[in-house]
Amino acid sequence: MTLSPTPTSIEALPQPTTSSVKARPRGRNILSDNAWGYLFLAPWIIGMVFFMAGPTLVSFYLSFTSFNLLEPPEWIAAKNYVRLFTQDGRYLNALRVTFTYVALAVPLNLAFALALAMVLNAKIKGLGIYRATYYIPSLLGGSVAIAILWRQVFGFDGIVSQALAVFGIEGSSWVSSPSQALWTLIILHVWQFGSPMIIFLAGLKQIPVELYEAASVDGAGPWRKFWMITVPMLTPVIFFNLILQIINSFQAFTPAFIVSGGSGGPLDSTLFYTLYLYLQGFANFRMGYASAMAWVLLVIIGVLTALAFLSSRYWVHYDDSAK
Amino acid sequence: MVTAARPRTKKPNYRWMLHAGLIAGAVLMLYPLLWMIGSSFKPEGQIFSDLNPIPTSLDFSNYIKGWTLGTGVSFTTFYLNSFMICAGAIVGNLFSCSLAAYAFARINFKFKPVLFALMLGTLMLPFHVIVVPQYIIFNTLGWTNSFLPLIVPKFFAVDAFFIFLMVQFIRGIPVELEQAAMVDGCNRGQTFLLIILPLLTPALVTTTIFTFIWTYNDFFGQLLYLNNERKYTVALGLRQFLDASGQSSWGAMFAMTTLSLLPVFVIFLFFQKRLVDGIATTGLKG
Repeated sequence: MTLSPTPTSIEALPQPTTSSVKARPRGRNILSDNAWGYLFLAPWIIGMVFFMAGPTLVSFYLSFTSFNLLEPPEWIAAKNYVRLFTQDGRYLNALRVTFTYVALAVPLNLAFALALAMVLNAKIKGLGIYRATYYIPSLLGGSVAIAILWRQVFGFDGIVSQALAVFGIEGSSWVSSPSQALWTLIILHVWQFGSPMIIFLAGLKQIPVELYEAASVDGAGPWRKFWMITVPMLTPVIFFNLILQIINSFQAFTPAFIVSGGSGGPLDSTLFYTLYLYLQGFANFRMGYASAMAWVLLVIIGVLTALAFLSSRYWVHYDDSAK
Repeated sequence: MVTAARPRTKKPNYRWMLHAGLIAGAVLMLYPLLWMIGSSFKPEGQIFSDLNPIPTSLDFSNYIKGWTLGTGVSFTTFYLNSFMICAGAIVGNLFSCSLAAYAFARINFKFKPVLFALMLGTLMLPFHVIVVPQYIIFNTLGWTNSFLPLIVPKFFAVDAFFIFLMVQFIRGIPVELEQAAMVDGCNRGQTFLLIILPLLTPALVTTTIFTFIWTYNDFFGQLLYLNNERKYTVALGLRQFLDASGQSSWGAMFAMTTLSLLPVFVIFLFFQKRLVDGIATTGLKG
């Protein structure tokens, strides 16, 4: 994927092979391409200034202030940041909880997604039905309704504790246990492996069958084919899914809010980063502090994405010969 | 794999096992949903004592009770509010993203590469970074407790995903069509309206579907801006079941959560292929 727009051209025709149609001055074209471009882009530019770039800069400024929405912001330099990392135990805990969540939920989710995609890719009958069924949790999973359901499923009398009781394991409420509550959220995320599975399926279809045939001729078994052909050929898709998942799961909010009843409990064990940010910014109205948290989040996501990109040259295999 | 030794003769057996495994997995995955749907038809006392999701009788009293639960405002209001916000967001996204996408895909203007990179950059910008200043803006305008903060930004193409989706789509449309229109005297605006927009329909449908699902499922924005019960959406209405910790409302709660999943599920049934394609090609989160 290139960042700059590449012109799509039809080589067969003798016309100039640029993507843009040269506006021919035939009376009705009063505006230049420049003017048309900015006219079409006007809503986006306004949105960019007032809802995206502007707020991003304002947020950066506010992160150096103490601000409660009622009185004007008061400049306190880097005190918010210092406080975050040296005096705020709840914040450090939120960081730990979120990193644990991402580190467990994302790989597990992708592993399930890849495994199921492999199975479904084996020219199986009823592929459409299976794919649709496994996709349903992904479609509904982000909603408040599912989070409420999860709270009951893993709750005191929930079906999980009852099902475990059948096997003689003493039932208990997962959502009110500090050591287990985070697991309910991890399971909720892993449960939604349907959409990465669909992306993997699309990727698997791109792998040339000849590679497998050649490997079979050479006597390679299924396990060897998986590691020597499927995984290398699929690394761009794995990479894409990984980036997408990291960005999304760091910002998870709804499940933690609903399952913990808005508190991040028990004992802050499900206090997600964004939940703590919400509580500080919009329950305590410490908006400068919340802005500082938001910027640290931006840096964390940025660094992780950059690391993924930098490391990608060592493990992501792009098939250049095909082009 | 038991079949490794004699793959030829054992193959049908292996297939059968695969299907059995896949069906078992699917049932396990969907079991919580089935349990919820079943519970919504069960009498209160039976819900937690019964692991069997199939209710003994079809009793709609939970639905009637749940619909009006709360303090006077019923789910009629919540659904109307949710659908209004969704409609506004959809119109906004279709309008603003298609305009921006056409400019990026087809017109050469100054600083285009820079602006395009900026647009892609906003794809990765966490919402939480901009939420505080946005809140200040909307609070100053007196827009809190209205739908405006949830709709108006969509008219200014803040969902870069859809711009990207449409740019990719427009690049696949042959340029010759526009060239012919321009030779015939169409200007950019007419070309966009008469040539591009009709051909863009598939991308517009995808945008509509995903905007609906995202807006309908959104919770953070609605939680932030809507605090009067009359403005509550379905998501906020459901949350009230958690606040009112009355022991006797489980059935009603499950009835309303089941019902709330229905709109997205119906869309899934009708547009399954488009949803799958949208995810497979752009990684849109479903």
